[in-house]
Amino acid sequence: MARYDRAITVFSPDGHLFQVEYALEAVRKGNAAVGVRGTDTVVLAVEKKSTPKLQDSRSARKIVSLDNHIALACAGLKADARVLINKARIECQSHRLTLEDPVTVEYITRYIAGLQQKYTQSGGVRPFGLSTLIVGFDPYTRIPALYQTDPSGTFSAWKANATGRNSNSIREFLEKNYKESSGQETVKLAIRALLEVVESGGKNIEVAVMTREEEGVLKQLEEEEIDIIVAEIEAEKAAAEAAKKGPAKET
Amino acid sequence: MKLDTSGLETTMPVIGFGSNSEMLDGFSSVPSFDLPRTTDFDGFQKKAVEMVKPAKGTTTLAFIFKEGVMVAADSRASMGGYICMSQSVKKIIEINPYMLGTMAGGAADCQFWHRNLGIKCRLHELANKRRISVSGASKLLANMLYSYRGMGLSVGTMIAGWDETGPGLYYVDNEGGRLKGDRFSVGSGSPYAYGVLDSGYKFDMSVEEASELARRSIYHATFRDGASGGVASVYHVGPQGWKKLSGDDVGELHYHYYPVTPVTAEHVMEEAAE
Repeated sequence: MARYDRAITVFSPDGHLFQVEYALEAVRKGNAAVGVRGTDTVVLAVEKKSTPKLQDSRSARKIVSLDNHIALACAGLKADARVLINKARIECQSHRLTLEDPVTVEYITRYIAGLQQKYTQSGGVRPFGLSTLIVGFDPYTRIPALYQTDPSGTFSAWKANATGRNSNSIREFLEKNYKESSGQETVKLAIRALLEVVESGGKNIEVAVMTREEEGVLKQLEEEEIDIIVAEIEAEKAAAEAAKKGPAKET
Repeated sequence: MKLDTSGLETTMPVIGFGSNSEMLDGFSSVPSFDLPRTTDFDGFQKKAVEMVKPAKGTTTLAFIFKEGVMVAADSRASMGGYICMSQSVKKIIEINPYMLGTMAGGAADCQFWHRNLGIKCRLHELANKRRISVSGASKLLANMLYSYRGMGLSVGTMIAGWDETGPGLYYVDNEGGRLKGDRFSVGSGSPYAYGVLDSGYKFDMSVEEASELARRSIYHATFRDGASGGVASVYHVGPQGWKKLSGDDVGELHYHYYPVTPVTAEHVMEEAAE
């Protein structure tokens, strides 16, 4: 098997592209990222490893905007992410120039996925080691969207998804607890999902929200705001636990 | 001449890695030609363009009004002093069911580039699962024509259509110029058409009034301009797409607008009494 992973262009006898699978491993080691799509709000939440005291946290933002109405979060190799994000940003502007229209979320996802696929089918290059979560609102129709891409170059649309560390457990949580939501409820769902695997607290989570009313604005929540929401979530959890235990004791 | 197959290419440049990939990132490559080896290339270009002489002998017009876009054109094709046999050249080209293009200038150039644009529009629809906008389609055409600038293309066209943002009308020419507007007329007969169109235009017209105005403008242009004539076709582009409204021979239209009034004769020849 080891013979089939030296060059990306080689299939293994049982149909695997090992470099792509190793790239997925790199993604699995990256920080957890969650995306949720509501009826009028889209949210991205990413795990933040503790910032070294001397580091300027603003330069290490994990959620970036590709255009006014599109935001991206990723899990995996951060240096690869920078290159991919730059190419995507250029494509967003190029589309505005030639078509006189902003990109749809699906278009830019297709572009990024196509780029990731190209690097799985060329000589002398390795795949990008990251999966992305892309959220935004389509121009004119203003329909919210959430897409995910991975190192193999596949992409699909989701109501809610997670990638990176422990993404399976987060996805299980989302499957159990997802329901159509809007506004602050969507934000809470994303944070609750991330808290399943991340230590609680505003300094360990980065959250960004985009609403239909303000679709040109990607709001990065401050630590204090996140702390407030986390406190709300914990209070709700405690109330739910008490309600479960309460009646049992009475009888 | 290398055929333009850029409609079949993706927006991502398909080039080897490690070479100038940085420079071409994000932009499709422009089609390129072998340039002729002359000492005075600018002079050569001028002579080539002169030879083709884009005189644009025709009359086409289009305008936006309350109910959509009205597009009209004559149908005469002329080559120098000769009028081509067919007095019924289709100068309004159906790019797709909701977009029309008008032809002025070189007939072959206009036909080819409109077909090419139709291909690109269809590919965009298939890739993006939604129709291309009129501004996007006209931009694609303008960019293509710009890359052939100075090489003797003769195209003066209007792209009219209805998209998500409502009715759209753009003028695109072989210089690569592109203008957005409410009323345009292109061709040798356009001054005459503009006169009638501008004086009769109101935004709040019904489809019948607008089609009558378009027809009349074309008729008056064909009356005065020798390079225009044949059949005046009128199309309407509404939210459901385009529809051909009428195609009248301008000769007959003349008598429709200026009927011959019977003059009472002073002497009447009487039938010989049997």
